[in-house]
Amino acid sequence: MKYLFDNLDMVMEHFWEHLSLTFSSLGIALCFAVPIGILAAKYRRFNSVATGVLGVIYTIPSLALYAALIPYTGLNVTTATIGLVAYAQMILVRNVVAAIHSIDPMTVEAAKGMGMSKWQIIAKIELPLAVPVVLAGIRIATVSIISIGTVAAWIGAGGLGRLIYQGLNHDHTGKLVAGTVSIAVLAIAADLLFRAAERLIGPKTG
Amino acid sequence: MKVIQQIIEYFELNTPVFLKNLETHIELTLVSMVTAIVLCVPLGVWISRKARVAAVVINLVNIIRVIPSLAILALAMPILGVGFLPAAVALTILACPPILINTCVAFREVSPAAREAALGMGMTPLQTILKVEFPLALPVMLAGIRTASVEIIASATLAVLIGGGGLGNYIINGISMMSESFLLIGAIPVALLAIGSEVLLGALQKKASYQ
Repeated sequence: MKYLFDNLDMVMEHFWEHLSLTFSSLGIALCFAVPIGILAAKYRRFNSVATGVLGVIYTIPSLALYAALIPYTGLNVTTATIGLVAYAQMILVRNVVAAIHSIDPMTVEAAKGMGMSKWQIIAKIELPLAVPVVLAGIRIATVSIISIGTVAAWIGAGGLGRLIYQGLNHDHTGKLVAGTVSIAVLAIAADLLFRAAERLIGPKTG
Repeated sequence: MKVIQQIIEYFELNTPVFLKNLETHIELTLVSMVTAIVLCVPLGVWISRKARVAAVVINLVNIIRVIPSLAILALAMPILGVGFLPAAVALTILACPPILINTCVAFREVSPAAREAALGMGMTPLQTILKVEFPLALPVMLAGIRTASVEIIASATLAVLIGGGGLGNYIINGISMMSESFLLIGAIPVALLAIGSEVLLGALQKKASYQ
């Protein structure tokens, strides 16, 4: 633990690196996942194809996926981001589909009956009902990206995983503990933060 | 095409080495999965009956689940040293959360009516668990085991970093040497193992839920 506090500046630098890798991947992943999810919720056949393909990708171990990508995209942040986006897809698409399916058609019908316009229904009924489920997906995706991001350090993406690898390679327990503790703190904090957001945004029942 | 040639050349000379790595990988996975099942299934059944204990245990386990697998493997090194055993211990810890949570949920969802009917027929509590609750809970439990096994096969590639061996050997060396053939020799079998276990346990799960 002493190493962690003595080198807080350096650890923080890796921490920010990790955070920016996580959120840039998450942002890119969302740009793909939302349209795919909306399409998959509408067309059943597209849904089974999409979940099939994404499921296979999701099953492939991260280090193996990176190993397959390296010859084409090299040892850098790009490769890391591609892998992270690919893993997040499955989780995000699944939750977008679940979110859209969770909207009760009766509620929409009731809104229509009350004279709401199409856009009002989307803005005031469908979105508020869907967002908490999507947010749960974003939480799980974020935690997974943080986790797989540690592996990405091995292929030159930087971040807190680098401390762990250096610790392992040099048998440097201080570095190792600094890396593991800070990554665990980051992952747990992200989880708690998103859970709190879900509770805040979620529909008030009872 | 050069890569395929290199891979063929590698296998001509080193098939026993590859098989040894594959064996270690499967061994690591099986040892940690079996240990996790033996530990977590009884614990899951027990906590499914105690709502308050279950809430505490599941919250705790959820925290472990959030911690990256590499961090747990890396922490095993200063505590337990390097080699097969520390890797197996770390992987067991990683395998526990999905199995424990799913067992607990599965047994909690068994309809109280079925349990009552079994007791009414004069079954002992143990008989009720084994003959009524267990078959009903099995599909959900298997879902947890399936999730865990895919995670463990993936994490076992990282075990090589703490001297646990396995197919991760090829990938880590492939990255260090920038050797495409080595990368693929590691990556393809690992991916196939993961997909294979997913398909196999998925089929098993489907079969169990038809009863």
